[in-house]
Amino acid sequence: MSFLDIDERILELIDKVDLVFSPLVDVKTFPDEVDVTLVEGAVASEEDREKIKKIRAHTKTLVSLGDCAVTANVPSMRNSFKLDAVFDRAYRENATINQQIPSVAVPKLLKRVGPVHEVVDVDVFVPGCPPSADAIYFVLTELIAGRKPDMNQVSRFGA
Amino acid sequence: MAKETIKFDVTRIEGHGRITLHLGENGRVEDAQFHVTQFRGFEKLCEGRPFSEMPSLMARICGICPVSHLVASAKACDGILASRIPPTAANLRRVLNLAQLVQSHALSFFHLSSPDLLLGMDADPATRNLFGLVHAHPTLARDGIALRKFGQQIIEWLAGKRIHPAWVVPGGVNEPLTVERRDQVLATIPEALTVARRTLDWFKTRVDEFREEIRCFGNFPTMFLGLVDSGGGLEHYDGMLRVVNASGRVVADRLDPANYQDFMGEAVEPFSYLKSPYYKPAGYPDGIYRVGPLARLNIVDRCGTPIADQEWAEFREMERGAILSSFHYHYARLIEVVHAIERIELLLNDPDILSKHVRAFAGPNNNEGIGVAEAPRGTLLHHYRIDDEGLITYANLIIATGHNNLAMNRAVLQAAKHFVDGNHLQEGMLNRVEAVIRAFDPCLSCSTHAAGQMALEIKLVSPDGKVVDTLRRD
Repeated sequence: MSFLDIDERILELIDKVDLVFSPLVDVKTFPDEVDVTLVEGAVASEEDREKIKKIRAHTKTLVSLGDCAVTANVPSMRNSFKLDAVFDRAYRENATINQQIPSVAVPKLLKRVGPVHEVVDVDVFVPGCPPSADAIYFVLTELIAGRKPDMNQVSRFGA
Repeated sequence: MAKETIKFDVTRIEGHGRITLHLGENGRVEDAQFHVTQFRGFEKLCEGRPFSEMPSLMARICGICPVSHLVASAKACDGILASRIPPTAANLRRVLNLAQLVQSHALSFFHLSSPDLLLGMDADPATRNLFGLVHAHPTLARDGIALRKFGQQIIEWLAGKRIHPAWVVPGGVNEPLTVERRDQVLATIPEALTVARRTLDWFKTRVDEFREEIRCFGNFPTMFLGLVDSGGGLEHYDGMLRVVNASGRVVADRLDPANYQDFMGEAVEPFSYLKSPYYKPAGYPDGIYRVGPLARLNIVDRCGTPIADQEWAEFREMERGAILSSFHYHYARLIEVVHAIERIELLLNDPDILSKHVRAFAGPNNNEGIGVAEAPRGTLLHHYRIDDEGLITYANLIIATGHNNLAMNRAVLQAAKHFVDGNHLQEGMLNRVEAVIRAFDPCLSCSTHAAGQMALEIKLVSPDGKVVDTLRRD
């Protein structure tokens, strides 16, 4: 969502890139050849792990966007607890009826949440919670211009 | 005879969801399920952390409505301090919450749903999105970007940062508002109000074109729940809960959110990480109710600002009782945007808004606190317990989107039964089913932080694994 905070600059980007896969568009299958993919979030389920492998295989430049993707940040705080204890709080202790752990047609969670680069190689790391709109715009314009962005100038962890 | 299912991901929503449709022998839909596929465990992972960290930590639940979590969390912490926060602090939180309501509603309407309304439910999925909108309807797209910016800018000016600011704290806010900042915000009001009214007027001229959607997009009787102020007016920050039934009659009033466990239950369904809250006196699942913009306009006696009040009266005239079609979440959302802009102006024009007393200081005086607020999508509740050191021992969160879970499942089934023909599957049929979900504007981000979007094609598969039909979206 921080990406949308570039506000009207999004209109400039539209002329320079094709948005081929995103929660904002209706394409449901990751395309075969993608120049740049921005990935946010930590890897928390088996489905996340499979998705990121597929994305990596079809992406030239993979960007880890935000502290969750870069360090696993807040989602990894559950690593201090057993997964069963985390489930028990939500679906037994904090449930009034039908206490059970959801298990039908929902992805299996990993015991340990990790950052994206633990699963696949990452080309550019953009820290921040979230990275500012200016930082995201800088990354995108640098990549469009064919340069590798130097992030030290524009964002930091916990920004 | 083998039963078949269709599974597909829902796009242009906030977060990650998937729908399964179960088909009968004649290709008609017999059952439907809406799956929320992410789970992070905030109710457990906060254990052992100092309670004063909760607003900042819990805001990380979501990048779209972090202010709602900040506010509900800070209010739960106010309860732990056992302090009454200065009235100016409450009003500053109120402004922040309303600014977020504007940006979030703008995102839902313009960025996510308007491609369906303007380009058409059957439009080419490759361009049926914000970018396609920019090319086909540049003025409307610019209005959407401007309205979202209006809300985000207020959050940045007041709280220092657009997403995850640290300004809201237990006991109030950590800095008073300056004259310069106030005037800066007030200067942006007229343009925002013009854009919001223009959009609402435009929507009203088009709404009749969606008769079929209005009829089949989650149009059924349920109860509605939300906060109202002491006079029964629209309220997003404080107040008591009211429940009305489908006829528009009040079922329960002045319910204290602190006693939520007396009247609100949470059920678990095996097919979703999102729980299904229900109104306890009616049991499960009969205690189905809806929250959010549609519910709020159904439960209140007035909005309390001049333009929104006129719009609200016109809106409620559509039906004798409550407005039941979930398609009208869009309409209600646009009225709420107008109201929020009007309300922000009123709050900022009160001279007390500049008071320097914006924070009550205290240590933990209670071992428990419950905070409630109206998030853009509905009633949000945070409940914490601490030990004598001030460390969290327990948390329960009832997220706005959860309240609508039962209704979203029922709405998906209603729309799928009407629009989907499994024997002659068309992309636009499934997009209509997704559009029902979009009308509710679920914030599944409130249970996600995922890597990319699920890669799937839509398949009709029989239990022996044979693919009967395949539909690709790209």
